[in-house]
Amino acid sequence: MISQRGANVSSRTGIAFMTPAGLLIGLFVVFPFFWIIAVSFTNRSLLGVNALHPQFVGLKNYLDLFDPATFWSQGGFGPSLWLTIQFVVFSALLGQVLLGLVLAWISRELSPRAKSLLQGIVMLAWILPDVVVGFAWFAYLDRDAGTLNQLLHGLNFPAADFLIEHPFLTICLFNAWRGAAFSMMLFDAALQSIPPSYLETADVAGASSWQKFRDIVLPLIRGHIVTDLILITMWTFNVFTPFLLTAGGPSFETDILPIYTYRIAFKSFEFGNGAAIGVIVMLINLAFSLFYLRLAQRGLRAKGKGT
Amino acid sequence: MNRRTLFSRMAFSVGAALLGAAFALPLIWFVFAPFNAQADLDLAMPKPPTLTNFARVFANRAAVGALLNSLLQAFGTVLLVATTATLAAYALARTALRGKRVIEYVLLLFSSVVSGSAAMVPIFLIVNALGLIDTQVAVILVFTGGLLPTAMFILRDFIASIPRGYEESALVAGASPWRAFVDVVVPVLRPGVTIAAVWAFVQVWGGFLIPFVLLRSEQRMPASVEIYSFYSQAGTPIVPLLAAYSVLYSLPVIALYWYVNRKYGFRFFGGIKS
Amino acid sequence: MPATHHTRSLQRASTVRRCLCALAAWCFGIALAANASAAQVELSIACRCVEGGVNGAEARWLKQYVIPEYVAAARAQGRDVAVRLREFAGSAEQMSQQLALDFATAQGADLAEFDGFQIPGFVDAGLLKPLAETAGPEADAWEGWSHIPDSAQALVRFRGKRYGVPEQTDVRMIFYRRDLFRRAGLDADHWQPRSWGDLLDAARKLKALDPKSFPLQINAGVAMGEATTMQGYLMLLAGTGEELRDDTGRWIVSSANILGVLDFYKTVYRDEQLGEARTQRLVSGRNRSFTDFQRGKSAILIESNWFYYTAIDPQGDFPIADRDAVVGWAKMPARAPGGGVRAQDFVSVSGGNSFVLNPHSKHPREAWSLLAFMNSAPALRNYQEYNEHLCVRDDVLPPRSQFLRDSGRELLPLTTIRPIDADYEKVSAEIQRMTESVIAGKLTPRAAMGEYAAAVKQIVGTDRTIAFDLRGAAP
Repeated sequence: MISQRGANVSSRTGIAFMTPAGLLIGLFVVFPFFWIIAVSFTNRSLLGVNALHPQFVGLKNYLDLFDPATFWSQGGFGPSLWLTIQFVVFSALLGQVLLGLVLAWISRELSPRAKSLLQGIVMLAWILPDVVVGFAWFAYLDRDAGTLNQLLHGLNFPAADFLIEHPFLTICLFNAWRGAAFSMMLFDAALQSIPPSYLETADVAGASSWQKFRDIVLPLIRGHIVTDLILITMWTFNVFTPFLLTAGGPSFETDILPIYTYRIAFKSFEFGNGAAIGVIVMLINLAFSLFYLRLAQRGLRAKGKGT
Repeated sequence: MNRRTLFSRMAFSVGAALLGAAFALPLIWFVFAPFNAQADLDLAMPKPPTLTNFARVFANRAAVGALLNSLLQAFGTVLLVATTATLAAYALARTALRGKRVIEYVLLLFSSVVSGSAAMVPIFLIVNALGLIDTQVAVILVFTGGLLPTAMFILRDFIASIPRGYEESALVAGASPWRAFVDVVVPVLRPGVTIAAVWAFVQVWGGFLIPFVLLRSEQRMPASVEIYSFYSQAGTPIVPLLAAYSVLYSLPVIALYWYVNRKYGFRFFGGIKS
Repeated sequence: MPATHHTRSLQRASTVRRCLCALAAWCFGIALAANASAAQVELSIACRCVEGGVNGAEARWLKQYVIPEYVAAARAQGRDVAVRLREFAGSAEQMSQQLALDFATAQGADLAEFDGFQIPGFVDAGLLKPLAETAGPEADAWEGWSHIPDSAQALVRFRGKRYGVPEQTDVRMIFYRRDLFRRAGLDADHWQPRSWGDLLDAARKLKALDPKSFPLQINAGVAMGEATTMQGYLMLLAGTGEELRDDTGRWIVSSANILGVLDFYKTVYRDEQLGEARTQRLVSGRNRSFTDFQRGKSAILIESNWFYYTAIDPQGDFPIADRDAVVGWAKMPARAPGGGVRAQDFVSVSGGNSFVLNPHSKHPREAWSLLAFMNSAPALRNYQEYNEHLCVRDDVLPPRSQFLRDSGRELLPLTTIRPIDADYEKVSAEIQRMTESVIAGKLTPRAAMGEYAAAVKQIVGTDRTIAFDLRGAAP
């Protein structure tokens, strides 16, 4: 098998197959990417004198972000970075990935009709356009008339102003709600690919649900978990939709990096700054991905030793 | 069935129902508001239910045209993404290129950086150089470029699951690489392509920045841009119209999901394992 | 099995092909429709306006009056002109992004609507040229200039040159509810505070009447955006006699006056709870502040005159049926009499919109002639029929609204405008951030000003800032 690797497609055919995608990616991803890298070392902007005569400023954009005079200030880069990492951990890893896994695990036990109903509802949250979803949540959370407060009122709970009192928790729940479908789909498919005989054997051996999950399922879907973690982490670092709910406020309590970047860089079209932040986020994403891969490998190795 | 399992089954069902309800609740408002001529942010039964909101929305011809533009952009992009990503991901998986996984990952990272506002300048300049400003083709091409790395990333797991023997036997039987690809690989890949296609469709459907930067004529703008015409003089949402338009704007994606789910089901693997 | 699969995929392919053909035909149809007019000269106007949506009255005026009248007039003179309106419903920032990209690539509408403070950024970027350079000497010789007061011309002037034609302006003032004032035993008919102290005292009396109420709203914070800077901070700052920059154009980053403004906010939103900070901090806060005033939950609101003639108009988004009887207005006082800018007793802040000429216009003279027509007295008088407003031309008065006439006459001579400076928008964002920290109780006024100083220095460069001695300021 290994000796045949790569034997299926001749290099001419391979190039022909890759050309259309390569061309489009080259034009609309790779070129803009290097443009951004280059711009992150300049003070280029869309408007103002720096648009006409951008200057090379070296690492200034990066150093400004970490300038001790402004780094930890209210609405500064430091709090935003820290908040974003928490946002990723809570809303993406604990929220979307774990929730997706739970949903996929639950749907296995449901009747086909119940399963398609549950999954359909979860999918709805994922496929609807941003503006619609933003508006829906806005109506949902309204303090005076929102659905959630009407519900709480019906249950004799006091009304709460979620966007002011618990803004960060709210956008975490929002993001988990919004994106859980992708992980659910991915894990659902992955679970279906596990031969039922594996689990039946475990049943015969009297394994508990958790044991089955940990010892049989988890090792088999490890690759999917890593793919999912990489994508979800990246998407969450870039997600701008919470802006529709909170605009980063109140008092920067939901000032995640995409909102911060928009506020300080793109609103005034300061591309140098914005590009520097983009590069930093990319490096953080890279670190997260390497961490996931390392984790998966360690799991593989540990399991190898165990058996 | 003993009492304990019965109890745990019930607890499980209740839990699943609650989870489903939690997901459905934020959207309940959309069931009533579009049919309420006096809709506001509260959840109220329309008295009486009416279609006037829809009638007023349909009177806005630009907004209705925008839905067609969205369809054009979304279908155009999906076709292009599906074909080019499948070809490229397949070729990449089947070549002896070293570090191809790294390449896929690096492209994925690049595309995440390029998603923001900063990238719109170089993209605008390229599109301008191509003479394609204010054309649907430009929107489709730029969307496709941006979505391709992720689509390829999603597809690679599916391709990896196809036994090489499949195409080999076709090639041995004298088929061209293209025929082998179309007749053997594509059918097996369909679940994966479906996932990538729906994902791409959703991205284009909600995408604001790209059409907004590249298009100028109102008659070419998609619904994601045109929905803002349902904000009043004061810049506040005209709630009843926005609710009605949101429903129209959402129906195509819902229909697509429903159709695809029925027809193919959402599965990542075709049930074939080497 | 392979055979059935094949037929099915063939069927599918033909369905796809049919769809594609339909789409292509439809695109083609649109392309034809777009190129339907074949006039010799084609002009386009870009505005942030949409019929039935944002600035809908302007869109209707342009489509129903300006364009047909202009085309007819040109035809009468033997010129074949077609004019198209490019409506745009997004935000002002999005609009300026589109315009910047267009102008940078020698494209775009011939006339574009601009907010005055956007001009420096475009000029410095080389995207905008002086009016006279694009349109020729007749632009400076235009009859209309003699009817536009210098203070309004300043909205479109940068480094001594004109870049556009101003059309509309506004003024800011205090609105109050007479019904609530009457109940609190305040002068409900001719209330006019003479100092910040008077303003606070009125709010205190209203608060005493209903301790749970929040009678006063003066904008602050990030969520309010530019409304914070214009309706709140600048109104207060002008009342201390200070402006954002000193006479030499250096940005003032630290002063007893800035502290005074922040202390005022602290009094209103933290110490005495005269205003509801929550409203200020919500994304939809501005609308909520309108609703609160409309429903009598707040009694004093500092806003643009637009609030009166559009928002709470009996046909507006936040209607007050007997508006003229219920709502009064007063001039914004300086901190103490005579303490405002130019030693005034009262202050106001004005903005305004204007139209500029695209320097890459293919028909700059025709475009100028359209712009001049749009801003002629008859055309602007006609605009008043669509939306009564404060026009910059002294020969175009609001036809009916006594409120607009009075407030314009009283406040335009007192008013100040925002600095025409390319860095203004970024500094304005820092002002919003500084006030947010104070009203949220996250920072003391002094600490908030410290952060403001550091941020502004980073934006404009330390050498373009100045910090005043704080001795004598309250600790």
